[in-house]
Amino acid sequence: MSARDDILSRIRAATGRTESSGAPPPPEYANTVLIPARATGTPGELAARFIDMAAEAAATIGRVDAPGDVGPAIAAWLAAEGLGTDLIAAPDPALDAWGLTAGNGLTVRRGIATGDDTVSVTPSVAGIAETGSLLVTAGPGTPYTLNFLPETHIAVLHADRIVGGYEDAWAMVRQHNEKGAALPRTVTLITGPSRSSDIERTVTIGVHGPKRLHIVLVGKADGEET
Amino acid sequence: MTHQTSLEFSKNAARAQADSDLQSALEKLQRDTRLARPVITGRLPEFEALRDRAVAIKNHTLAHLDHYLETFEANVIDAGGHVHWCNDSSDARDTIMKICRDTGAKTVGKGKSMVSEEIALNDFLIANGLDVVETDLGEYILQLRKETPSHVVMPAIHLKKEQIATTFREHHTELDPARPLDVPGDMTEEARIKLREKFLAADVGITGANMLIAETGSIVVVTNEGNGDLTQTLPRVHIVIAAIEKVVPRIDDALSILRILARSATGQEITCYTTFATGPKRPNDLDGPEEFHLILLDNGRTKLLEGEFRDVLRCIRCGACQSACPVYGAVGGHAYGGVYGGPIGAVLTPALDGIDQAWPLPEASSFCGSCEAVCPMRIPLPGLMRRWREIAHSRKLNKSGARRGLTLWAWAARRPKLYRRGARIALAVLRALGGRRGYLRSVPLAGGWTVSRDLPAPEGGTFVDRWQKERNT
Repeated sequence: MSARDDILSRIRAATGRTESSGAPPPPEYANTVLIPARATGTPGELAARFIDMAAEAAATIGRVDAPGDVGPAIAAWLAAEGLGTDLIAAPDPALDAWGLTAGNGLTVRRGIATGDDTVSVTPSVAGIAETGSLLVTAGPGTPYTLNFLPETHIAVLHADRIVGGYEDAWAMVRQHNEKGAALPRTVTLITGPSRSSDIERTVTIGVHGPKRLHIVLVGKADGEET
Repeated sequence: MTHQTSLEFSKNAARAQADSDLQSALEKLQRDTRLARPVITGRLPEFEALRDRAVAIKNHTLAHLDHYLETFEANVIDAGGHVHWCNDSSDARDTIMKICRDTGAKTVGKGKSMVSEEIALNDFLIANGLDVVETDLGEYILQLRKETPSHVVMPAIHLKKEQIATTFREHHTELDPARPLDVPGDMTEEARIKLREKFLAADVGITGANMLIAETGSIVVVTNEGNGDLTQTLPRVHIVIAAIEKVVPRIDDALSILRILARSATGQEITCYTTFATGPKRPNDLDGPEEFHLILLDNGRTKLLEGEFRDVLRCIRCGACQSACPVYGAVGGHAYGGVYGGPIGAVLTPALDGIDQAWPLPEASSFCGSCEAVCPMRIPLPGLMRRWREIAHSRKLNKSGARRGLTLWAWAARRPKLYRRGARIALAVLRALGGRRGYLRSVPLAGGWTVSRDLPAPEGGTFVDRWQKERNT
């Protein structure tokens, strides 16, 4: 017998079966959903909570009115932080409209990150109000390493993509894939820059992932005040 | 440091209590934990309801574990991954070594994984000629020091920063010996630079998984450092090692559990990175592993599923029971000898290593109930420890003196009249010994208790006598 057969038959013996019982009836808990109150609210409330929670997780936030303002805003932020002008940006065509150009004082390469890239720019699928998390996915236009290798990660998020809870953000992933395609290879919730408290429980920001997470929020959520 | 065994728990505990560095580290851990919990759970009024839901999810999954594992396997294969079922540690080690050999691997980057500790994977791979590097900061420090984790989520909690600085100076000899390593940030930066080379060079990345999702064949990896993500993306081959109880049916189930995992583990709302990964790199992807292997390990889980210890399979390895336990807080994780310290270790180690190798661990509890109170999965840890005590007693593993005492007590407790008379006599004797002082400096057979405190002499009759008197008035 293979280890697979061994393990499955021991499980069946332990749970009082002799062969596979097939799919069980849906469990009772699955008839209800349990969404925390903090994951609900008007779009304006959710945007405000997202910003608060992201800041609490040590992300910084910049706001622009339109996609074309992203490039100039990034150039200004990089200059203010003294982080140079070189960027590695996701190949996703959505970024073409962001003004990531030499005209705005930026030197931009599109593709995957290497160990030498210092600043990356990526799009985000959703922002999650309950924890201030970004949801990002890997795909041909959005290499996974862009989120992790460079010291500074700039994530661009449209304010109308801020949702309440994890489930809402996952619904957007599924919508993305409605043509029956498989899930993206990775779906990642990013909450602030990387950190560790492995030494004397002292929180230190910037371990293996980025040392800075800067979120550029484009536009306003419905009903959100300036 | 020599490895401590579970059988020598008392000796290990005494040594731990004499170690002032360890004591101050543990004190800080427990103080921080107590302060963080109400803040974090207070912002989520649904916390208790989420715990109930998490228990329901796990109970349902365990009752149909064969179905969910088969579904998970089919979906991993569908996504282009490979699934390897392994009965025990040696199966799993051989399987992982074979994958490394088949892919011509020389270097392995590792994410933090308690299951890999359970099967002693690193030593095996290194003995077989591979260069293995732990990438979690705490685990990296321990690898350099040749130590094991002392806490499930804070592996190096037993060390002071000065000890870590010394270790770095000993091992990173190519760096300037006069460089400052005074604050945790200095050492974190040094580890970041050292490990960056390793990430980029690794042929194989090995990670654990916090959950496996049956409906999609995805794994969930939760980290703060980002090392888990670099480990699973940069190398050509990603190997995941997970025990069979990690599976949950749906994405939504994983989302419910995520809401209580980090809050229970580190007091965060959520960790920095939570990644759901499904299969290897796709045809048009620009990065990601070319091969995705999943090791599904039993290693004693099916035995636990059989009977009275099934509840412990709900464990999500958050370490809340360790951080809250006064015994763990007094002795630390290493004293327990096994892979897991604290209450979860007192229940799991006897199952993994055999009760004959671990019987003192379930004794290491005052049954104060803190562990069960904080366990997000509501595992009845004190009850399960009590059950192990019964098993150890019936197999005559505990000390003969204790066994005789318990037998005598049990005999008396079943004879109420005799018991009551005995209690009255004992009371009178203690009161007489206490004299006018009203307390006793030492009591025969209770030296361990009176060595550091006095025993107040009992006052006002036995409980049963007083109960009857009160009821009659």
